[in-house]
Amino acid sequence: MTDMIKLSNVHKSFGPKHVLKGVDLSVEKGNSLVVIGGSGSGKSVMMKSILGLLTPEKGEIEINGLPTVGLKAGKRDLVNRQFGMLFQNGALFDSLAVWQNVSFAAMQGNNMPADEARELAKESLALVGLEENILDLFPVSLSGGMHKRVGLARAIATRPPIIFFDEPTTGLDPIMTDVINHLIRDCVNELGATTMTITHDMSSVRTIGDKAALLYQGQIIWTGEIDALEQSDDPFLVQFINGLADGPIEIAGA
Amino acid sequence: MNPLARIGRFFLGFLAHTGRLTVFIAHSFVAIIQPPYYVRLIGQQMVRIGYFSLPVVALTSFFTGGVLALQIYYGGNQFNSEAIVASIVALGITRELGPVLGGLMVAGRVSAAIAAEIGTMRVTEQIDALTTLSTEPFKYLVAPRVIAAVLSMPLLALVADIIGIMGGFVVGTQSLGFNPAIYMQLTLDFITPDDITSGLIKAAVFGFIIAIMGCYHGYNSAGGAQGVGRATTNAVVSASILILSANYLMTSLLFSS
Repeated sequence: MTDMIKLSNVHKSFGPKHVLKGVDLSVEKGNSLVVIGGSGSGKSVMMKSILGLLTPEKGEIEINGLPTVGLKAGKRDLVNRQFGMLFQNGALFDSLAVWQNVSFAAMQGNNMPADEARELAKESLALVGLEENILDLFPVSLSGGMHKRVGLARAIATRPPIIFFDEPTTGLDPIMTDVINHLIRDCVNELGATTMTITHDMSSVRTIGDKAALLYQGQIIWTGEIDALEQSDDPFLVQFINGLADGPIEIAGA
Repeated sequence: MNPLARIGRFFLGFLAHTGRLTVFIAHSFVAIIQPPYYVRLIGQQMVRIGYFSLPVVALTSFFTGGVLALQIYYGGNQFNSEAIVASIVALGITRELGPVLGGLMVAGRVSAAIAAEIGTMRVTEQIDALTTLSTEPFKYLVAPRVIAAVLSMPLLALVADIIGIMGGFVVGTQSLGFNPAIYMQLTLDFITPDDITSGLIKAAVFGFIIAIMGCYHGYNSAGGAQGVGRATTNAVVSASILILSANYLMTSLLFSS
């Protein structure tokens, strides 16, 4: 099967801090990969490198076969149009109403007229279980759960072939966490998209993922099917998925 | 630490900062020139930067004109040259005080607001979201603010000129006993189109400084709420210092002949 996302020997540093130390990872078309790892392991840096928000010093990142490191702005823009992204805290634009947030990419990138953009927002909000009566609200008046759902509606609005989720359930109560996890799984199944999720939350891993990868100290140290997570005797993985303080994983600041 | 090392570190930091600012300005120019142009956003920013700054600029220039008239009258009184009040008020306001004080007031209001808004967008990942939504942040955030400030500031300076001269007129005629018709005639006799245009050119440059400082510090803010607060302070301080130094430079260039 074709790799939609492929990272080969990706390195990224910030000053003396070497965050990614040769990451190798791939996600097949239509597959849902969940990257787990502790705080500071480099998950967000890896995702930002794929999205083109950070530039790795070394290594290659391919999107649908196209090398993207060092791409010029115009071509990068075309690559980014294949992406949808749900940020950790939603990252909704405070100055825009919900419908403008959801249809932002369609309006700015494809010059979609306002009335069509509003319809698109309505359809995307329906996919994440939100009613049209929130179309004209501003992000400041939304609850945490609604914020995430609107963020998800924005991520899927243009029906992108690749969707990224950055800690999609952080800050939500257990019930809303389950709601968001199932929404993500259902939306992704409906769209047939390839997804990459980074999370610490094992309930998200089990609900969203087809495959999982464990990132530790800037390197992928385990990859496998979701079902193989529980059976694995890898000591790092066992410690992480069971949330144990004792084990081979070095705890920052401990 | 060795004092020489401290001085060296300061200068290296200064040079690095200047380099980053130069790259930011160059990137902003490219964003301003190349399409797409966000005309609606430019309009919105002109309202926020220009229209909403009118009260503060008007009040500042009115009282500045009045104070200038009083000071020139009391100073000129010692040499029996009270008659120069109207002309000096007009020249002082149009050439210097209108654009400079207006610029400083707008710097306090607008640079801070721009830095806070863009800084908050930076720390809440809204700028990253723009990029992932195929929208260039420099075109969407920086270019409309810079264009709007450059267009708005000369209009504000023109308003400041008129209201500042009116401030001098009110004090001159109501408090210092000048004849209204003679005061206006003296004002019109001494003021030239060059006095007004030099002030408007200065105002446009100040508008650029105000917007670029707000955008630069906001765009590069980091470290949560504290970082946004620091960016806001730095934007106002650096815009104010740059306005005063650019004013000296432009005055020596524009009036050297």
